[in-house]
Amino acid sequence: MPHDHDHTEPPSDLELRVKALESLLLEKGLVNPDALNAIIETYEHKVGPKNGAHVVAKAWSDPDFKQALLTDATSAVADLGYMGRQGEHLTVVENIPSVHNLVVCTLCSCYPWTLLGLPPVWYKSAPYRARAVSEPRSVLAEFGTELPESTGIQVWDSTSEMRYLVLPMQPAGTEDWGEARLQALVSRNSMVGVELAKPASTLAQRDAES
Amino acid sequence: MIGGHDLGGKHGLGPINPEPESEEPLFHAEWERRIFALTLATGMLGQWNIDESRHARERQHPVDYLKQSYFENWLVGLEKLLDEKHLLERANQQQNQQENLRIPDAVGAEKILASGGPTLMPDTALARFGIGAKVTVPKRQGSGHTRVPAYVQGASGEIVDHYGTHVFPDANARGDRRGEHLYSVRFDGESLWGNESQGQSVFIDLWEPYLEATAI
Repeated sequence: MPHDHDHTEPPSDLELRVKALESLLLEKGLVNPDALNAIIETYEHKVGPKNGAHVVAKAWSDPDFKQALLTDATSAVADLGYMGRQGEHLTVVENIPSVHNLVVCTLCSCYPWTLLGLPPVWYKSAPYRARAVSEPRSVLAEFGTELPESTGIQVWDSTSEMRYLVLPMQPAGTEDWGEARLQALVSRNSMVGVELAKPASTLAQRDAES
Repeated sequence: MIGGHDLGGKHGLGPINPEPESEEPLFHAEWERRIFALTLATGMLGQWNIDESRHARERQHPVDYLKQSYFENWLVGLEKLLDEKHLLERANQQQNQQENLRIPDAVGAEKILASGGPTLMPDTALARFGIGAKVTVPKRQGSGHTRVPAYVQGASGEIVDHYGTHVFPDANARGDRRGEHLYSVRFDGESLWGNESQGQSVFIDLWEPYLEATAI
């Protein structure tokens, strides 16, 4: 992202308010600076959509795991080491040709952190939260996703501590691919349900270029 | 409460304009990174729970809630909680231990993040509804925290899953941690939004006190 911030302009009110709050909390001994760094480090470098991509690719290539995932996702992903805050309870919903799933949190921003990391700005935005439940097709269109008229759409509003992850359909022509290669086709957005998994050609093209 | 946060079905909010996935940074300014970490770290002090924290962000003028950015609402929520709990007055380097404040170091914080805060509780009552039961969400008033979106109030749907007994947010936001049966309830798009929503359905997690058996 281009860094277009003008360094001569004074810090924003928000910057000052947050700084003041942090200083006060540190001074009172209410937060440990190492803990703050550890929290940031966790979500900037350890927990992110690659976890979810691992789960999806494994489900595509291992039918027993897929069955376990759809039956009890919380345990199935815990077996892979994915557990923790905002992933305490998990349900995986499967896309099939006749049904497409989409996840939203209309009341705040509930999102499966353990598998996808922190939610993107659009997921937390008022327009997405307002429209995903009432006009999912127009929302999908904004992400460039067109579904056949005959495909039903199921929207999951995350109102409890249950978190939802979409299992996208496996792209055609990848049936004999290994898990590692499949992971590259699983975008974050496909696991929220606003997009489909990337077609096999994305990788073929990349291979050809390299 | 039906506050500015209760957005499902609202009109006029414009396009989503998503940033491309490959280009979006996790935080868009340093203060966002700081307020994110401060909110999680102070949450670990054990002075409030997630529902109190959500309610603190929701209790704002709807215009403010919508005008402010997401992390600005976090800041407002945290300032409010610190004030209401008199935490800054109570705390000082010497007394924190006597106050029973859990102030984790880096390893402690990582452990808390890794264990999370499960909300599943032992059943204390039989579930009132079975899978397939038809239920209605009565309309409700009240300024307290709740997880029934306004758009589903008055609508009828069908129980499709039973998640067991989970911490009930309406009570938890008042500091009363008790459980109620939690269900996944399916609503036809048409019943919520009209004929144009044929072929669409919305699944909402709803606790038993939010539901009534649909009169036949």
